[in-house]
Amino acid sequence: MNHNSVAGNENNHTAAHVHRDDVGAKLGMWLFLFTEVLLFGGMFLAYAVYRYQYPDQFRIAAMELNTGIGTLNTVILLTSSLTVALSIAAIQKKNKFLSILMLSLTVVFALMFMVNKYFEWMAKIDHGIFPGSEELLGRPNGQILFFGLYYVMTGLHGLHVFIGVIVLLFMLYFLIKNDITPDNYTKLENAGLYWHLVDLIWIFLFPLFYLIQ
Amino acid sequence: MENKKHIIGYNAYIIVWLSLLALTAITVSVAGIHLGDYTLLIAMFIAAIKSALVINIFMHIKFDEPIFKVFLALSGLTLLIIFVLTFFDFIYR
Amino acid sequence: MANGAVAIEEKNFYQQSTNKYSGILSWLLTTDHKRIGLMYLYTISFFFIVGVIIGILMRLELIAPGKTIMDAQTYNTLFTLHGVIMIFLFIVPGLPAIFGNFFLPIQIGARDVAFPRLNLLSYYVYVAGAILVFISLFLPGGPIDTGWTFYIPYSVRSSTNVSMAIFAAFVLGFSSILTGINFVTTVHRLRAPGMTFFKMPLFVWATYATAWIQIIATPVIGITILLVIIERAFGVGIFDPALGGDPILYQHLFWIYSHPAVYIMILPAMGVVSEIIPTFARRTIFGYKAIAMSSLAIAFVGYLVWAHHMFTSGMSDTARWIFSLLTFIVALPSGVKVFNWVATMYKGSIDPQTPFLWVMSFIVLFSIGGLTGLVLGSLATDVHLHDTYFVVAHFHYVMFGGTGTIFFAALHYWFPKMFGRMYFKKPANIAVLLFFIGFNMLYFTKFIMGYMGMPRRYYDYLPQFATLQEISTVGSWILALAIFIMLGNLIYSLRKGPKAGPNPWGGVTLEWHIPSPPPMENFKEIPTVTHEPYDFSQLKEMKNES
Repeated sequence: MNHNSVAGNENNHTAAHVHRDDVGAKLGMWLFLFTEVLLFGGMFLAYAVYRYQYPDQFRIAAMELNTGIGTLNTVILLTSSLTVALSIAAIQKKNKFLSILMLSLTVVFALMFMVNKYFEWMAKIDHGIFPGSEELLGRPNGQILFFGLYYVMTGLHGLHVFIGVIVLLFMLYFLIKNDITPDNYTKLENAGLYWHLVDLIWIFLFPLFYLIQ
Repeated sequence: MENKKHIIGYNAYIIVWLSLLALTAITVSVAGIHLGDYTLLIAMFIAAIKSALVINIFMHIKFDEPIFKVFLALSGLTLLIIFVLTFFDFIYR
Repeated sequence: MANGAVAIEEKNFYQQSTNKYSGILSWLLTTDHKRIGLMYLYTISFFFIVGVIIGILMRLELIAPGKTIMDAQTYNTLFTLHGVIMIFLFIVPGLPAIFGNFFLPIQIGARDVAFPRLNLLSYYVYVAGAILVFISLFLPGGPIDTGWTFYIPYSVRSSTNVSMAIFAAFVLGFSSILTGINFVTTVHRLRAPGMTFFKMPLFVWATYATAWIQIIATPVIGITILLVIIERAFGVGIFDPALGGDPILYQHLFWIYSHPAVYIMILPAMGVVSEIIPTFARRTIFGYKAIAMSSLAIAFVGYLVWAHHMFTSGMSDTARWIFSLLTFIVALPSGVKVFNWVATMYKGSIDPQTPFLWVMSFIVLFSIGGLTGLVLGSLATDVHLHDTYFVVAHFHYVMFGGTGTIFFAALHYWFPKMFGRMYFKKPANIAVLLFFIGFNMLYFTKFIMGYMGMPRRYYDYLPQFATLQEISTVGSWILALAIFIMLGNLIYSLRKGPKAGPNPWGGVTLEWHIPSPPPMENFKEIPTVTHEPYDFSQLKEMKNES
């Protein structure tokens, strides 16, 4: 890839010449995603170690999670991944309206996900299960760890969803303002990549927390 | 900019989405069966298929520059190494 | 040489701004990689001096047994701060952020990095992190006292401002990641025509490998630190043994980053060495590909060895011998480099200028540091030496004798290019000599004390160590004097130094083809690269270039 890779670097040298490199921008985004993968990787490692140490307690604690809500959220997130992909495809095919529609749907799904998550957490907290609570501290260590990880990992994932919503809203604004066009939509693609990553992480979180027997 | 863009059609995305939903249904129902240690294995296997679909099609990596794939493999490999070496401690403790 | 040959009246990057502002704002809001590099230089040098002063105070406390100038808690705070500042604010960002920023784009024939605005952002993220460190000193609760490793469970229990201080480390890590992303993208996307991967200067190779570690390793410390903060704030049991957590898991996660981070610190230094030696030996580098590949190899092997920091922490025996075995592998690529450097000098026509002298002192100090690393890497000896001064000595030989020395070497090597002026050579050379003497007095004594059983991080010691501690403290003064002379000389030369031509050393990498200081976008026309990176036959044509 080395020879054509400098194609964008032609001999145009005004003082503030703008250099556009779509592949470079995407490369940068992927590199950023790797850091996210490693960030969550560290937590998955902690999860793996503790699940290895307390397999039975993890199973018992996981029974208390609501598989129904978990599955629903999985479906929502997968669908939002679809809509963001469709939004990019639409702008590629010069269909601005469809692109805006799909992107808005993505935001709606993301919000639905967060609302569900909120109710799920609240239900747990109402039952007195939250870090440092008497109810939880009275339980065996494995369960304390399970719920600790549950809150931290889904919480951090939720934070990513939240940031994702903000990013998507910006993209929506750009789309409407014609900053994202059929010739220049790398921003949208990168936002999509981020959103898919959020989905990817959930694909692993879901079975690890909600589907332990 | 003469990056040739590979454009995926709407249908392909929808097919992928349907397969992802189907895999979700499978993984949820398999979790209900008592398979002992295999439960985790199967769940992770399905999750791996799902993420492969997302990465290849939704995230477009199949059609991007090959170097992206190399990098992805690299970070995956690093993660694998970290897991394996850490478990040398915990398994033999 | 081609002194004064550049008669073209072209504005350099000091005179021309990337934005519409002039004066201070043209610097604070600049997206020019050279200006950002210089801003890093000033900021990082400031923290380096703060770190040095703290170090000298610690040494002063240790000049005699018992209390001399401070109490124990202050001492704990100081050694933590010394570590945090030197590691997170100086060595980790030092070479890549300053010289990587300034020279990586030039050396590959680019006008800037791939994401100039992101580059500026990472500077400010760095500054924000630094400010957080300093805020944490003055908040109620008091400055952090856990040591720079923030080990659990003490870091969860300590009532000092641990959360704030380690959040600062998180922020600094973020800055490091952004720099890494920028450099990898730059190397892949912005190489000049003809600049294939195997024509890149070795500093670029080293910085590239470093950037990968920054990207892949830093997030692990990020999440680890975040978990500690969450644990402190909400009482979530992740590492705390009282809640079933495993403190050794914390150590794993911490070192999964912090060991590769050692290579973030040393790799760019090795890259600089590979630049300086060919230039002053007037000879192409020996084993170019081997050195380039060994950078990648070090980056990779760096991921396999982290737990050698934990031999006495209660890991399983299997893990201990596996990590001990893997640790020895690191010596291979490092050895490849050292042998190739020495081979490059063989039969070269050596011009012992200041940067070269720094490199010589590097090779000696780094070899001592590296070889004592093998002593610590082997299980049986480590059990005896762990957490003693031996580790402290090893660490400072590698980090300060390695990266620190090369930081100074790079400063002298590229000084004429960055500022268009030459420093005064005599005081510069005297500083190298004094540094070498002071350094060995300061740290070699610690090998001996460590071997005799003096534990690290202790405020007080038994009378039998008194003489050695005293020598060590005196060494710290000589070292400080050397740094003072060196920096004084450089600062004085900024204004009063003789004008330097575009190529005072007779180097051949791309930065020596352009005027000193470089013009705004480095190259009037993007060069087409035809030569190998260290092909000195081009010197003749370079004379006619301008």
